[in-house]
Amino acid sequence: MQQSAKIERQPGFLPRADFQRLLDGVVKSGYQLLGPVVKDGAIQLMEISDATQLVKGLTNEQQPGRYRLQQTAGERLFDWNHGPQGLKPLCFAPHEVLWVEQKDPLSFTTRLPDVKPTAVLGVRSCDLAALAIQDRHFLHAAGADPHYRERREQLFLIGIDCAHSAESCFCASTGDGPSVNQAVDIGLSELDDGFLVWSGSDRGEAVLQQIDLAAAQTQQLEQMEHQSDQAAQEQQRKLPSAEELMRLYQRLEHAHWQQIAERCLGCGNCTAVCPTCFCYDTQHEVSLDGLSAQNVRQWDSCFSASHSSMGGFKVRGNILSRYRQWLTHKLAGWQEQQGRIGCTGCGRCITWCPVGIDLTKESDAILWEGSLDE
Amino acid sequence: MSDLHLPRTAIIDERIQESPTIFTLRLRFEDAAAQEVFEFAPGQFNMVTHFAAGEIPISIVNDPKDSHYFDHTIRVVGRVSEAMSNLQPGDRVGIRGPFGRGWPVADAAGRDVLLVTGGLGCAPLVSVIRYLMKRRNQFGHLHILQGVKHSNDLIWREQYDTWAREPDVNVLLAADVVTREWHGQQGMVTELIGQLNLRHGRTIAMLCGPEMMMLAAIANLRDLGIADHQIWFSMERNMQCGIGQCGHCQIGPKYVCRDGPVFCYSELADLMGAKGF
Repeated sequence: MQQSAKIERQPGFLPRADFQRLLDGVVKSGYQLLGPVVKDGAIQLMEISDATQLVKGLTNEQQPGRYRLQQTAGERLFDWNHGPQGLKPLCFAPHEVLWVEQKDPLSFTTRLPDVKPTAVLGVRSCDLAALAIQDRHFLHAAGADPHYRERREQLFLIGIDCAHSAESCFCASTGDGPSVNQAVDIGLSELDDGFLVWSGSDRGEAVLQQIDLAAAQTQQLEQMEHQSDQAAQEQQRKLPSAEELMRLYQRLEHAHWQQIAERCLGCGNCTAVCPTCFCYDTQHEVSLDGLSAQNVRQWDSCFSASHSSMGGFKVRGNILSRYRQWLTHKLAGWQEQQGRIGCTGCGRCITWCPVGIDLTKESDAILWEGSLDE
Repeated sequence: MSDLHLPRTAIIDERIQESPTIFTLRLRFEDAAAQEVFEFAPGQFNMVTHFAAGEIPISIVNDPKDSHYFDHTIRVVGRVSEAMSNLQPGDRVGIRGPFGRGWPVADAAGRDVLLVTGGLGCAPLVSVIRYLMKRRNQFGHLHILQGVKHSNDLIWREQYDTWAREPDVNVLLAADVVTREWHGQQGMVTELIGQLNLRHGRTIAMLCGPEMMMLAAIANLRDLGIADHQIWFSMERNMQCGIGQCGHCQIGPKYVCRDGPVFCYSELADLMGAKGF
């Protein structure tokens, strides 16, 4: 599976009691700060300025169709893995106006978003890898998306190593975690008594220069390594290799697709929480006076009935064909489009599926059970 | 802002009613400089916006050398095309494009070309037929096969007659249901392929129509010994963005809007015909 180069780290140490200094440094540098808080029973990114607003001593139970936060005896701020959303909504807005049109005379004007410089605290490795995938899709394809670019350029990333894995995590098998191994502005690894902190960019370095970091001890660096190894070892799930996954295209008629279709509700939760899913739809919204309209983009899902619609005819008319489209694209089609699979092992599609469909098990079944042309 | 992301306004200079449900809009960009530099290839398409109704993909059907205008032939199939059918000369639409990959006219140079259309008003293929007819000396023999469900559906009948009178051009028409006046054959357009005397290694095929018809035509062509890489066709999917980003038009790893809409059979052979794919 894809291996990302380990980002070189030269961390300093920030005691737990001094964590606020890091947040102050970020805010003083002109960023709006988004950090993990509990909202509606899940970890979500909200604007914060004070470390006391952050979740503390919480871990998450994530299983097929189940997400629960649980209190631990500890003081740690990042003992959970993630909530339903990664970075996707911050760059690829769920709902935004692309252009405004006037009726008489007909004219079109781009409406770009007004985005503040935004720092995100506690970004996981799987989500950083997913951001890199979305960047390639929206910025590097022919015709970089101007709305995505406006938002993306304002993003300041503070990554955090995962010290534990949730039951639905499988980032080790996709090569995307559990430690931060993608570009960040600042990287963090949480230890019992504080944080190892390193800069990954000039912007990150500028923030860290405002903070007095102690030298990291060898023992602390060893603990960082140990936690990462442990988090990787905790993972029970894994995906077949990229090469094996390409064979999904030879198994489009496999009987197991029907077995999945009988469980799948076609709700699209998996695509909504997936940090790489990029499908969008545009709609014209007309003003009440009928003299102007806006062209609005919103997230779409390959599970929606209209996704494959051509003049009323639906190419993918049932749930079987829609789940098959999602899985084959995510795990095989993406390889030709981007040179890697479209999954970074975050496991959200497993956790947030109302019926607990698990893509690692489904792809195993399709690849290894039954005959080729069953 | 890039022309790929924001429509530019174009003025309707002419509107031609081709059949009760098919019409052609002759357009030019309001900005003369934009019209001057607008270049496209046969088989490419624009995203055309009607104020407040929405945006739909439409093939460009005129010759790329016509620098003062571009033509869109549109069939009324939904809400947006219906709204467009009410537009008149002087009205404006929005245009993003051109998008996609067109027909392999460079590969076809010096070769015989077989053109098979199923259904009425298959604009993508009409664009290339017109392109070839204007440059007859660059291409070999042309076989133009057109099939419709009912013989009354055929549009551009005079054009087929004109083409048929040209040297080295063979026009065959087929209709499932025929009236007494029909001078073509009765049956499927794919059945006509077997009647042709195709020259091996010299013939390139271009197809447009419903997928099942194209699959049947491909099977016939392969039986006749036409190589997979000499069989080309225009695919239809739900195209919205034109630049391979919104995700709707994918067939396997291909974006029909960007990698197509014209594909070579060898590119899609493994995925074509998989139901619901």
